[in-house]
Amino acid sequence: MASRYDRAITVFSPDGHLFQVEYAQEAVKKGSTAVGIRGANIVILGVEKKSVAKLQDERTVRKICALDDHVCMAFAALTIFTGLTADARVVINRARVECQSHKLTVEDPVTVEYITRFIATLKQKYTQSNGRRPFGISALIVGFDDDGVPRLYQTDPSGTYHAWKANAIGRSAKTVREFLEKNYTEDAIASDNEAIKLAIKALLEVVQSGGKNIEIAVIRRNQALKMFSAKEVELYVTEIEKEKEEAEKKKSKKSV
Amino acid sequence: GDPPDGVSPCLPGWSWPPPPGFRLAHGTTTLAFRFRHGVIAAADTRSSCGSYVACLASCKVIPVHQHLLGTTSGTSADCATWYRVLQRELRLRELREGQLPSVASAAKLLSAMMSRYRGLDLCVATALCGWDRSGPTLFYVYSDGTRLQGDIFSVGSGSPYAYGVLDRGYHYDMTNQEAYALARCAVAHATHRDAYSGGSVDLFHVRESGWEHVSRSDACVLYVELSSSAP
Repeated sequence: MASRYDRAITVFSPDGHLFQVEYAQEAVKKGSTAVGIRGANIVILGVEKKSVAKLQDERTVRKICALDDHVCMAFAALTIFTGLTADARVVINRARVECQSHKLTVEDPVTVEYITRFIATLKQKYTQSNGRRPFGISALIVGFDDDGVPRLYQTDPSGTYHAWKANAIGRSAKTVREFLEKNYTEDAIASDNEAIKLAIKALLEVVQSGGKNIEIAVIRRNQALKMFSAKEVELYVTEIEKEKEEAEKKKSKKSV
Repeated sequence: GDPPDGVSPCLPGWSWPPPPGFRLAHGTTTLAFRFRHGVIAAADTRSSCGSYVACLASCKVIPVHQHLLGTTSGTSADCATWYRVLQRELRLRELREGQLPSVASAAKLLSAMMSRYRGLDLCVATALCGWDRSGPTLFYVYSDGTRLQGDIFSVGSGSPYAYGVLDRGYHYDMTNQEAYALARCAVAHATHRDAYSGGSVDLFHVRESGWEHVSRSDACVLYVELSSSAP
């Protein structure tokens, strides 16, 4: 049944599916994991870095991109064969142009919701035109608005978008999301450092080789985007491991 | 074409053809200034067409939305049309974004829309007076695309007379009553000396809670009151 209704994007199946859009969502599930967390005074994006080939220059693989001074975006996409990282590049470029056009016509910088809506509308257009396929990417968009409120939004290939307190996309999104549902508390995000540790802990659940395969970016209120260096990430990872050991020691002491 | 008979080419507005480089100062006096408690907009009410008074009681202050007014000068038709277009734009953006654009945005939109018609004889000289997230804000927009932020603007043929009074009496920390008195005084003096301004003096105040029409007083009566009370 599916094979008769999935050739063209603009064809509904009898039971109401747009198969091409669903296949695009499958492509997203194969991409590397990304997590976004909205703290009280900080927003954090973390992505799983794929280990690069020996001869590849690591610095050219960038999965977290600034859209404007106060907004940045991480995307999950199938990175290996079908080249959907290219899809992300196109979307990011259009979003960057829109951020500047908005400033030109209206003087004010975009709100996070506005640029998310723009990206979602763009994705939706590609689910309703002939001759095109949907973008095979989901995106997490974080930033601060003029009023100082931190925001996190997620978009998916169908063009829907929602606001989240914390979310994950990509390969092990389900595991990470379950971890976040258990561990995202008001205390956990009360301080910037605790929120950053929460993001790293969430990624460590699913990333194989620990700190060196994690990329973190944060935006603090009224400050520019900051990408963490590998060393800074390692510092946090060591702190997390120390805390884990101490917690286990306490537990074993109690049980004795 | 030929100038109408018996008309002197020396009066502004009736020189024919207009000497190159001479800008017709539009027959009106409008002013706006911002101070601690909001933005004041005031204007005369005489619509003139050369030396013919077309309307004694026109309203030169146009509301755009609850927190934004525009004083108008230039071609009445152009002002009315472009303000309706601006109202539509701002309303659409309010629906999309969930909040009204700032006064700076409104001024940018208006000047960008009009600058597309530059060179086609549009004539709109307006001061946008509003209260937005950054407090009382005032912008001057002209149909060639000029857009200036400022504390005091006066537009029209009576503006030099109004500026004299305004510059003398303005300070940011005025009370409401002082501001009203200053605005009325400035427009009244302008109507006294400028032939193309007169009728009544309209006074509007944009506060944090929105705009309100404070008063409309006859210009001659007002001028007489001012001269009898002033030392």
